[in-house]
Amino acid sequence: MTLRLKALLAATFLATAAPALAQGTLRIGMTASDIPLTTGQTDQGGEGMRFMGYTVYDGLINWDLSKADKPSDLVPGLASKWSVDAADKTKWTFELRQGVKFHDGSEFTAEAVVWNLDKLLKNDAPQFDQRQSAQGRSRIPAVASYKVIDKYKVEITTKSPDATLPYQIAWVMISSPAQWEKLGKSWDAFAKTPSGTGPWKLTAFTPRERAELSPFAEYWDKARVPKLDKLILLPLPEANARAAALRAGQVDWIEAPSPDLVPSLKGAGFQIVTNAYPHNWTWHLSRVEGSPWNDIRIRKAANLAVDREGLKELLGGMMIPAQGFYPPGHQWFGNPKFKLTRDLTEAKKLLAEAGYSVAKPLVTKILISPSGSGQMQPLPMNEFVQQNLAEIGIKIDFEVVEWNTLINIWRAGAKHESSRGGTGMNYTYFIQDPFTGVIRHLQCNLAPPAGTNWGYYCDPEMDKLFTEIRNTFDPAEQTKVMQKIHEKYVDEALFLMVTHDVNPRAMSPKVKGFVQAQNWFQDFSPIYMAK
Amino acid sequence: MFRYFLKRLAYVAPVALGVSFFCFLLVHIAPGDPLTSVLPPDASAAQQEEMRKIYGFDKPLPVQFLLWLWKALQGDLGVSIATGRPVALEVGKAVGNTLIIALLAMVIGFVLGCLFGFISGYFKGSWLDRLSSGIAMLGVSVPHYWLGMVMVVVFSVQLGWLPPGGAGPDGSGAWKWNWEHVRYMILPALTMSVVPMGIIARTVRALVADIMAQDFVTALRAKGLLDRGVLTHVIRNAAPTALAVMGLQLGYLLGGSILIETVFSWPGTGFLLGNAIFQRDLPLLQGAILVLAMFFVGLNVLVDIVQGLIDPRVRRQ
Repeated sequence: MTLRLKALLAATFLATAAPALAQGTLRIGMTASDIPLTTGQTDQGGEGMRFMGYTVYDGLINWDLSKADKPSDLVPGLASKWSVDAADKTKWTFELRQGVKFHDGSEFTAEAVVWNLDKLLKNDAPQFDQRQSAQGRSRIPAVASYKVIDKYKVEITTKSPDATLPYQIAWVMISSPAQWEKLGKSWDAFAKTPSGTGPWKLTAFTPRERAELSPFAEYWDKARVPKLDKLILLPLPEANARAAALRAGQVDWIEAPSPDLVPSLKGAGFQIVTNAYPHNWTWHLSRVEGSPWNDIRIRKAANLAVDREGLKELLGGMMIPAQGFYPPGHQWFGNPKFKLTRDLTEAKKLLAEAGYSVAKPLVTKILISPSGSGQMQPLPMNEFVQQNLAEIGIKIDFEVVEWNTLINIWRAGAKHESSRGGTGMNYTYFIQDPFTGVIRHLQCNLAPPAGTNWGYYCDPEMDKLFTEIRNTFDPAEQTKVMQKIHEKYVDEALFLMVTHDVNPRAMSPKVKGFVQAQNWFQDFSPIYMAK
Repeated sequence: MFRYFLKRLAYVAPVALGVSFFCFLLVHIAPGDPLTSVLPPDASAAQQEEMRKIYGFDKPLPVQFLLWLWKALQGDLGVSIATGRPVALEVGKAVGNTLIIALLAMVIGFVLGCLFGFISGYFKGSWLDRLSSGIAMLGVSVPHYWLGMVMVVVFSVQLGWLPPGGAGPDGSGAWKWNWEHVRYMILPALTMSVVPMGIIARTVRALVADIMAQDFVTALRAKGLLDRGVLTHVIRNAAPTALAVMGLQLGYLLGGSILIETVFSWPGTGFLLGNAIFQRDLPLLQGAILVLAMFFVGLNVLVDIVQGLIDPRVRRQ
């Protein structure tokens, strides 16, 4: 082959290879009012991790975001393997992936893992960052200590045996120690030019307005090297402003279009992408002495009175009617006996046994908020449920408080005066792992102020199951225990289980290749823009 | 004149102190917890306590106020809880952004307001008066966030002439004075100008009508002055009050309309205040309110001085 021919072939190859890396710019309108914290541990809740966490950074353990048809599970991230010591169940070993580079070119090693854990947990470490610690510390409550075993091996010790550690570790984002050193050991400087190991690099950033991410070509997982040229994030907290930006072609994708805008967006040719994910919309019931919800007949009656299909119609189909605390089809759903259908006869019968009827209604108060992250359309939805319950003889009075205040009441607990005598609260939950999913709501020793068991529920049998989940290290066995817990949640009607959100997104027909995982986080790597 | 100037300036100190005290108090009596924005919802009580200490919220309110005031006097407005960035920087940037649209809105509002006001006042009772007054009334009464949304639907979504929001194609950090950027400010500025236009028009109409009914106008006409000459006198007499109203309106506009800036995602003071309120970002809220209040005070002093220059009666009082 002549040199000229070789050159021609090389040029042809480059010309054909180039489009794979150059497939347009995707502009996303987020619901957040600011660009999430860029230094590693993000703020702005689930949305922060989605856009600035798992894009720029990796965890030792990541979420598998490649499938839409089943709930996502954990997959190896920067750690290729992890295991718990057979003799001492508090000792975990993480074997790290070799040859991984940070965006600044430095190598990822065991030292970096320990450095990052110190960043969150060790107040006197030079790299300790209050802002990241505030976000990250409470995500890894089990961690007691950690150390480097060798260049590619780390040991983490937990306070007590805790099989939920991998889920906790998936929250910790690994920032580059070398970049931090290079920038004069300043997190403020790091925030402007951050460096992680993730598939995206942050290339430009205007606080409150705009962030620009570009692909990291040397990303360790070649299958996840982004196809787009650029990903641009714009904070657009106002729902109408987001929809207008999409319609006017200023963005290609918006998060959470409001349900009443969906039909017109569909009519205008935009794609509406939805999927189930671990989220629920419930009334968290108080179990404090004197609360009517201590009576299982009343709890069941209320659950049988809710017209979930009618509610779905109200929301233009943008919800999944609850069949339990977890969405139907979730691996932890199990096989509960109590079915959440609308059965007014049975509901009235149960309520009559408890001493109430339409003529002699049970009157109680529920705390709700007019808006809030994950709360969907709280006012019309709560009023709908209120009407349903009135039909069987439960008269609900609402105490409407602003979302931020509701969070504080949720932390303070049902006994606290700020709960104003409310016997329930409309609160939506992130339920992606065993702790946030089931343990934190109902474990006896997590009643306020120690935790967020708002209703002071305490059942030794449930506590035993929680202990079992923390001590079951085999994933298949762990799933079985989670199913048992979920069955108890549903069969004893521990919450008023109403619906699950479907995480709607509206996007231009040009956006291709997106797979909406059943997860709070998403993968932007396979996306490309059609011409 | 110099004494008058000094006197006006001397009033600023007690007003500023009062403002800072009230804005501190108002922000602190509002329900909600500033730590909500920095901690995940299920952070432990111990962690909340620790953060409270770090941000100084564990101290009694009077101590917090004095500490804040002491730092504010040195130009340090503290650090935003939600973003970790210095409040002065955040507010400075937002004021700059709002200034861009507020000034344009003011020019539009003042010119149109004076025009409609003069026409109505000068031709009082005619159909021209009714038309101009109608427009002014509409300007004052129409909900401007609604107007903003309608403008977006018409000019951005339907016609595609102007962008629906944001401060330039690459954000306000890369703002340039060219059409690519200026087109972003047209819709918010127009929407913002509607209220001051209405208020100024109504004020000027009343002033002009009042002046026209005064004896000196009849005397001027009797002396044989033409309409144009009379108009000059009317304008000179109406100007001080119109200016005072404009000054106040500019103060309002600098505060940035929370609603308008939210509708247009314009990163100005209104947008900043709105976010700070929802996130209970107390230092940012206090800092922003203080700076805006000082703008009001400053503008009032400026208007007083300009009035003094134009109208000798004001100086003598």
